[in-house]
Formats: sequence, C-alpha cells, structure tokens
Amino acid sequence: MGVTLTRAAQWTSAGSGPGTLEITPLNESLLNEIIKFTEGFHYRHPQEAAFVFREPLEWKTRLDYSVFESGYEISGTTVQSEDKDKDGQPLLLLTASTIRVCSFGELSRLLSVATEKKLKEAQACLEANRDPIVKILGPGYGTVEGEDMSMLRLLEKVKKDDDPETEIKMKISLLLQQLDMQLLNSSLKHISREVRLTPTSVKNEVDLLKHFSGKGEDTVLESLEYTSDYEFSNGCRAPPWRQVHGEICYLIVKPHDTNPLFITCSTAGVFLNGGREKEKDDIEYERKSDIYKDLVTFLRERSPKFLENMAKQEYTFFEEPVHEKQQHLEIVDTEDSGQSQKFYDCSEKNVFEKMKSPPVKGKPIDKKLEPSLKWKDTGLAGSQDAAKKDIKEEKEVRPISHELKKKASIISSGSVKAQSAAKRKVSEKSEEASESSSESEEDEEQPERHQEGNTDLPSEYWQIQKLVKYLKGGNQTATVIALCSMRDFNLAQETCQLAIRDVGGLEVLINLLDTEDVKCKIGSLKILKEISQNSQIRRTIADLGGLQIMVKILDSPDKDLKCLAAETIANVAKFKRARRTVRQHGGITRLVGLLDCVSMGLANPTPSQAKDIEIARCGALALWSCSKSTKNKEAIRKAGGIPLLAQLLKSPHVSMLTPVVGTLQECASEPSYRLAIKTERMIENLVKNLSSENQELQMHCASAIFKCAEDEETRDLVRQHGGLQPLATLLSNSENKELLAAVTGAIWKCAISRENVTKIIDRLDGVRLLWSLLKNPHPDVQASAAWAICPCIENAKDAGEMVRSFVGGLELIVNLLKSEHKEVLASVCAAITNIAKDEENLAVITDHGVVPLLSRLANTNNDKLRRHLAEAVSRCCMWGSNRIAFGETKAVAPLVHYLKSDDTAVHRATAQALYQLSEDPNNCITMHENGVVKLLLGMVGSTDEILQEAAAGCIANIRRLALATEKAKYG
Amino acid sequence: MLNTCVNTSPATRSWPRGRGRGRVAFLGQAVTRAALCPCAVRRPEVECLIRLFHTLVPEAGERRGATGLDRNAFRSVLHLTFGMTDDMIMDRVFRAFDKDNDSCVSVKEWVEGLSIFLRGTLEEKMKYCFEVYDLNGDGYISREEMFHMLKNSLLKQPTEEDPDEGIKDLVEITLKKMDYDHDGKLSYADFEKAVRDENLLLEAFGPCLPDIKSSMAFEMQAFQETHDL
Repeated sequence: MGVTLTRAAQWTSAGSGPGTLEITPLNESLLNEIIKFTEGFHYRHPQEAAFVFREPLEWKTRLDYSVFESGYEISGTTVQSEDKDKDGQPLLLLTASTIRVCSFGELSRLLSVATEKKLKEAQACLEANRDPIVKILGPGYGTVEGEDMSMLRLLEKVKKDDDPETEIKMKISLLLQQLDMQLLNSSLKHISREVRLTPTSVKNEVDLLKHFSGKGEDTVLESLEYTSDYEFSNGCRAPPWRQVHGEICYLIVKPHDTNPLFITCSTAGVFLNGGREKEKDDIEYERKSDIYKDLVTFLRERSPKFLENMAKQEYTFFEEPVHEKQQHLEIVDTEDSGQSQKFYDCSEKNVFEKMKSPPVKGKPIDKKLEPSLKWKDTGLAGSQDAAKKDIKEEKEVRPISHELKKKASIISSGSVKAQSAAKRKVSEKSEEASESSSESEEDEEQPERHQEGNTDLPSEYWQIQKLVKYLKGGNQTATVIALCSMRDFNLAQETCQLAIRDVGGLEVLINLLDTEDVKCKIGSLKILKEISQNSQIRRTIADLGGLQIMVKILDSPDKDLKCLAAETIANVAKFKRARRTVRQHGGITRLVGLLDCVSMGLANPTPSQAKDIEIARCGALALWSCSKSTKNKEAIRKAGGIPLLAQLLKSPHVSMLTPVVGTLQECASEPSYRLAIKTERMIENLVKNLSSENQELQMHCASAIFKCAEDEETRDLVRQHGGLQPLATLLSNSENKELLAAVTGAIWKCAISRENVTKIIDRLDGVRLLWSLLKNPHPDVQASAAWAICPCIENAKDAGEMVRSFVGGLELIVNLLKSEHKEVLASVCAAITNIAKDEENLAVITDHGVVPLLSRLANTNNDKLRRHLAEAVSRCCMWGSNRIAFGETKAVAPLVHYLKSDDTAVHRATAQALYQLSEDPNNCITMHENGVVKLLLGMVGSTDEILQEAAAGCIANIRRLALATEKAKYG
Repeated sequence: MLNTCVNTSPATRSWPRGRGRGRVAFLGQAVTRAALCPCAVRRPEVECLIRLFHTLVPEAGERRGATGLDRNAFRSVLHLTFGMTDDMIMDRVFRAFDKDNDSCVSVKEWVEGLSIFLRGTLEEKMKYCFEVYDLNGDGYISREEMFHMLKNSLLKQPTEEDPDEGIKDLVEITLKKMDYDHDGKLSYADFEKAVRDENLLLEAFGPCLPDIKSSMAFEMQAFQETHDL
C-alpha cells in the first residue's frame, strides 16, 4: 500500500503543508479498494485483526459520537471501544473530533459505522497518516524505494524466536504488500486511461479552434486567447513557478452562449481556474472544475452552442502530441477505378497519368498524404477515444499503426482550408512519387464512421463481443458454435464488422486458420470472407498476416477450405500491399493451380467434379483481384495461367466467366496478354459473351476487346467473329454507364480499321448511335463516344455528308467544349479536328462559335488536351477569318507556351497550329512578343519532319512580315 | 487406400483354405447381407474390419458367442485410433455402437459403426450424432443435456463470478441457432435442419466422429495391414 500511496495516488501538489488527496477517479478507486480490504479484514483474518498497532492511526474525523452504538462506551463527546489492549487502553478513542484507532478490527468496525461517510474517513485517515504501515508495524517497515528488505529481516526474526507477535506482523506485512500490488495493478489500469497533455498538443488544439472561431453564427467560439503572449522555449506559457505544477498555459475563451471562461491547460488535463480579477494581473490558479482531458471535451461540456456548431462543421478534431516517431506520411492514391473502367490510360497511359483530372468537387484533395494532423468526422466520436489513442500511441513504437492510418486518411472537404501550404507541397511531391508506380491503389481508404460512444452501439455489438469471448476461451466445440452463431449476424453491416475487429476478433479468427481443426478453419473463413468486404478489415487482416496463412491453406486437401481461402483472398487483395503479399508468398502459383480443372467441359458433373469447378471459379476470383498489379500479371503468365483461363473461358456459366474475363481484361493492359488472347483464340469467346445476359460480363468483354483491339489483326478477328454487331446493339439499348464507356471504347479501337467502319459500323448506323451518346450525362461515356467518333469519321465514306445529316449534331459537339472534364475536352477537340476536315462542316461549326470556345481552353497545362486542342485550332484556321478570330480571342500567346512542354506530340501539333496562325500579321506580332522564334528555331532541328516543316514555315512567315515592315519603313 | 483394398478381392475369393479365414469370409458375407445391404463399405473392406476386430478381441474366436469389445477396450480404440478424448462422449459413442445394449460391441455392431465412421452419408452421420448427444435417449437434446456436454468447453476465467454463466449462455446461443420450433429442446428434425443448413453443426456438442486425418490413417493401417497378414 505504501508504494501505491506514494507513487500512484494523486496528491495535490499545488497546496502547501500536508498534502490532501484529490478527488479523482483514480484516488477514489484506490480508496475503495483500501476500504474493501479493511472492511473484510476481521472476517478473513480474525487473529491479525486483533493485533495492536505500534502507534495508533490518528486523524480528524467528521463522524459524530452519536453514530457509535453497541460495543462502544460513550461518555459525553468521548467514545471508547469496549475492546482494550493489554495495557487497558481502548483500541478506539474519539475525543472531540480527533479519532485514534489501534487495530484492524476497530478500523473495520469504524468503517461499517461510518456507512456512507467511509470514503471521507478513509481519505482523512490516509491524509493524516502518509505512511500508515510505519504506524501499524513500526518504523522498520516504512516504505522504501527499491529493494525492500523488511520481509527478509522479518523472516530471519521469525526463524530465530517464536514470538507469535512477529509472526502476526509478518502476516500483516504480507497482506499489506498484497494489497499494495493489487492497488498498483488497478491504478495502472486507471493511469493507462489518463491523458497527459503536452504543450504541443495544447498549442495545436488551440490553433485549430482558432480557425473556427470568430464573429458570426457558424463559428464554434467567439474568441479564444492566451493570457500571455510570451511562450517559453519549452512551449509553455504559464510562469515557471506554475510550470512546476504541470500547468502549460491559461486561456480566456468566449463561447457564444456563456460568460468568458478562464481555463488552465495542464499536463493532467483542462480545467476551469479562478479567473483574473479586474485590474489585477494575477490569475487565481485554484482548480474550480473537474479535469477534462482536452479542450474540446471541456468546451463541449460547457457550451451547448459549441457542441451544436461543431456538429455543423461535421468534423471534430484532436491533436496527438507530436513525437517524431509518430509522425508518418500515408500515401493513398486517389485513383478509384476498382473494377471499373479506365480506358484512357491504356494506349496513352503516360499522357493520361500526367494530366489526371483534378478531383471532383467535394472529394478531398489532399488525401494522398496526411501528416499527423488528424481529423475525424461526426460530432459524437472523438475526444474520449482520442485520449485512449494518445496513450496507445505513446506506448506503441510502431509508427504506422493501423488505427493511425485510418485516422490520417479521414478528412472532410471543409478541412482542406486548414491544411497549410507547406503540407500541400509535401503532398504534391508524394503524389508524383505514387504515380511513378505503375500500380495504383484501387482500394480507397474509408473514413472510420463508427461511433465510439458506448451508448449508441446497437445490441449486436455486444452480442458479437460476447461471441468473440467464447472464441477466445472455448475449445473447438464452443468455437464452432460461436462461429456458426456469429454468421447469423448481418456481417455485411459495418457495426458487426467493426465489432469483431474492435474486440480482437480478427486475431482470433486468423489464429484459428493456423490450427489443425478443419471445422474451425472453415467456420473462421466463412466469417472472414464476409467481413473482408470492408476495406478497414481487409487492411487489418493483411496486417495480422492473414494472407500468408490463407495462401498456405490453398494447398489443403479439403476442397471447401480451398474455395473459402481463395474467395477471402479475392476480397482482401483489393489493395496493393495485399496483392504483393500474395505474390511474395507463392499465392499466384497456387491460385493458378486452382484453375486447372479437368471436369470443365462435362455436361453433368458429379458433386465432386462440381466442387472442382467451384474451386476453379474461386481461384479466378482471387486472380482477378490480384491481377491489378503489373507484377502479378506477369506472375500469372509465368505460372501458366493464360491457357487455363482460355479453357475456363469456354464455360457456359456467368459466375465463372465474370472473374475469368475480368482477369483477362485487367491483364490485357500487357502486350504479352494481348498477343496471347489473340493466339489462344479467346477473341471468339469474348465476342460470344458480348451477347450475355449479364451486363457486368458484357462490360468486361467489351473492355477486353477495347484493350486488345490496339492490334490490327485483333480488330479483324472481332469483325470476323461478328463482334461489331453486338457492340453496336449495346450502344443503343444500355443505360449502364460503365458498360457504355466500355462498349464505346471497343468501338473506338475497332473503328481504326477502315474495313470495320465501311463494312459494318457505318451500315449498323453505329456513328449515329455514338453521336447520340454525346448527350449522355456521364463524362466517361461522352469522352469515350467522342473518341470513337474520330476513327469513324476518318474511315467512313462520305463522312462529311453523314455528319451533316445528324440534326443538331454539330451544335451538340461544339457545346461539349464547355465541359469541365479534361478527357471530354480532349476527345471533343479530336472529334472537331476530324469534322473540320470537311469544309462545309467547318463552316457550320464556325457559325456555332467553335473559335472562341477553343480559345477559352487555351490556358491549360494538360498535355493531352493541348495536343488535341492545337490540332483542332490548326484545322479550324482553314476557314474564313478564323485565324484572325483566334488572335482576337487571345489563343496565340498560350499556344506559344505549349512549345515548352515535354511532350513531342504537343510540339508537333502546336507548331502546325502556329504555322497556320502565322498567316495573320497580328498573330505574328503576338508570337514574336512571346519569344516564339527562339523556341521554333530549336524545333527546326527536330528529326520529326512535320514538326520541322511547320516550325520552319512559321518562322518564315514571321520573317517575311518583318522584312515587309522594314521595307515599308525604309522604302 | 481404397484401391489397395479393392485389389484384394481376387485374393479373398481364394480364401476358403484355412478354417479361420473361411469363417471370416462367411461372416463378412453374412454381415454385408444382413446389416449393410446398401453398404457403403465395400465387401473386402468389411473383411478387413472383421479381421481387425478379431485381432482386438482374440478370445472371441474360441468362444464364438456374444462377446466382443467391452466398454474399456472399445474406448481405448476410440482414444488411440480416433483421437477422442472426452470420456462422456466416448461413453456415448460406445452406447451408439452397442445397439443391443449388451455392454459389448459385437462384430456386427463394429462393422456397422465403422461404416458410419468411415463411409457414412450425411444422413447416417446426423442420425448417429443425434443418438450420441441424446444422453437419456428420449428423442430430444434438452438444455440440461447440452449443458452437460458443453460444460468443459470454455476456459474457466478466474475473474468470473459464476463460471457456469458462460456455458449457460452458450447453450442459449445454440438453442437460438438450432431450435427451429422454439420448444426449448432439439428434436431430430431441428437437428437435421440445422446441420443441413450448416454442416459444421454436425458435431455441435463435441467430437464424436473421427477427423479426416485419423480416419485416413486408420484406413491406411486397417485395410493395408490386414491385407499384408
């Protein structure tokens, strides 16, 4: 008890003289433990209870003599116990308000007499007797730091003489030490829940709150000021003589709805102080309120308006103490393609990567990288949790704990403002870094939405928690029951998923996979398969090494196990690190092995053969997820996956075809696969499945064709197998935007072959259908349709006539130049370039105002758009006074700057445009002013003849103008 | 493994040479015919099992009667060969094998029982397991029976006030999962439905069937070794 009292108990440090025990939760629980110990003492150890203390414990009591009844002799205000020691002294003596007690027996009785005042009494007793053990057993037993020899001494003594008192002393000493241990343990629990604020954390919190303070309705506070402007080098603002008490700074906070609050921030937490009296500089430091663990919690408690407005801001925030170790940068790629389409990055990957369109509004911009500044959404969560986390983080040296990562990625749109410019810089850097990798992190980090307040958790949460307890402490029978019962919960629900994770269920489930028991493994995988739909769970499974074990299970002779493991891998391997783990542990080879299924072609497979087919399907599912990494594509090929996929592609079942085609279309970004798809005769089956009932399958087929049709032979194969017809049909009757995007992509590539256009697409009215898709609201579809239109116009007979025949078609496409999407703009520019080849059409689009619209786009740094824009400009110059119009709409100067781009395709298109524009003298002047000559001179030396010629032509025009001017001037 | 046994069939046909062997073959036929008509265990395998039985009960050959494996001998087989550990469950398995309740597993009961162990269909296994778990044989698995069977299934936590609390809760969880007609006990219909829905629940109240590993080891040994004899 001694150690606990000196070390753990929180004595008021600020006061002078004998310290008092503060009323804190920790102290209260300590006192309660001590009371419990003492109360039961005389029942458990009657002999020791009678032991008379060396010195009585003496303190000022608040008990009145009237409460003492039987067993005490009462005379006036003096109370004596009936029990006396051997000298006849009463074991308990109360005179006036001073009480003296000499044995545990009396102490227990006293406590039972004191009833509800016992806490106060125990407190008073301990305050007056800082080291009670010395008084009880004698000075030899005082609490000493470090090694305590008293027990050994006592033991010696017991050995030497048989004094019964020594033995009792020894027992008491042992009991007290036991109590001490118990108290230390319980206080440790408390302490681990405590917060320690640091100057940095306080400063950060204040700074943050300042961002949202000020006049106005929506701010959280009216004002928030330090009392002192001077900051000491350690970050504290409190005067040094207060710093020794752990105080960091003082704040004056003016909420909307209460009087100004004078607040002390100390290492122990945040509390109200006595405030500053007028005209006096001194603050009354005494604590006037409970201690809260941070400012936000405090204000929440004090100001309803604060709470309300915080909720309006839709996030709360907290700071963690900034230790270098904890700072980490998390890189999250925003690319969110998932299983969806991204066409543009296939053929023109580099271009696209560089020009990646800015994030959609409302999407966090700085998501890619978050320094330790953490944000949390929803008003309820937070601070309580924050404390826990802080402690946890301080303990964990591991810098990227899972929790942290999630927090880090959570950021709401509003928060962008608060991000400092410096941070943004770093983030941009890392963005580049992440893009240099060919793989992208499809799996977006989900904000942690679940609420921490215990009261809001549904009953399922607790039930699941209980089941996890049985998983932990049960044998295989209990485990199987718990697993089966857990499956009855709606595991698709986030509450349930997180409930399992929060109580350490994932660890248990993954441990079960490592056991011998097949039933437990199956049960566990069935749950993991469900809950791994959640991205946070996926990450945790990967962090806990679950993938390695599941890869091992793929070798199991049990077919059910294999299936479940593959399916779970399919779910977990949705992010880069997981896919890498699968590969590095030999997962790809094993998964490819699952595809090898002899019974594929059978009409009526036996149950066992059906199971083999199912295994193959699960294997394909897992490979599909894995195939999003370039290295895995390679690994699948090396493991002999392509012929097996080709075999499975003959399956009649959609459930099998979807993952197989999904994998193929994913892998078709690699030339090796495109070749194999052609040579293994897979185009035929892909074409066949374009007519499937299932839209997802149709989409994957179309996108596989899109990627493969880069190759001319493949384009011909598509036509020969009758693939253009279903593609054209899909254009007309589908509302599904991903499908439309994929189909238009496929048509775009197929239309590159003239024969495809003239023979089929034209006849099928494909161009008209494509044109109508320009009206589709989805930018992906619009862009894809516009791209597809380009080769059609290029290859169709009488294209000009055809285009004019679409009523309102030209106006429609010109108006798409008002789009906000770079990809749409680039594709429309490309389409306009083709349309403008027909003079009559060029006249029409000029009437529709194509020139100012193009000029408006000129200020862009997107190379893909620049290139197609320059081409369009160059084409449009061919009509009327368009050259002059481009000059008037200020398109020329920006175009000159395009020449500084790194992209040679941009150079070529720009030089051609400038050459056209330089036919107008005013444009020449503008160009010259913008230093075009020097830039062009460099390009004259290019190996690209077209570029060379255009550059030279432009310079010649400028030169000629200069000569003419000189001539005019000087005759 | 099966193949080795099937391959023994030409040999078995030429068996009626020695007296003992003839008896085994005869018994095998009789058993197959009488008890295991749609028998899952092939005939040669039956013969292997019978011979194994005789090695376990050597004196049975002399007395030629109702004797067989008594409770202890049978339990040691279950323990050593099939890795069962729970005394109560092993007792119940013995009861389930011992159809005629004469406290001894006869050769016929032995073959029938092992037929379920090694080649049983889900249907057979469900019936067998239900019989094992229905401790008092009244056709229902009651709360009390469940409690009895599960009472050692949870690690006792010293902190817990009532160590049985967890078990009771587990029983309720099981009932919630399996008691479809909500009568507070499991009928065979309940049990069957629950197991068909989730096969893992077949051995819901304790392992009473050999796991795949030990049964494969057993087949390997029994069918091969006896053949080698």
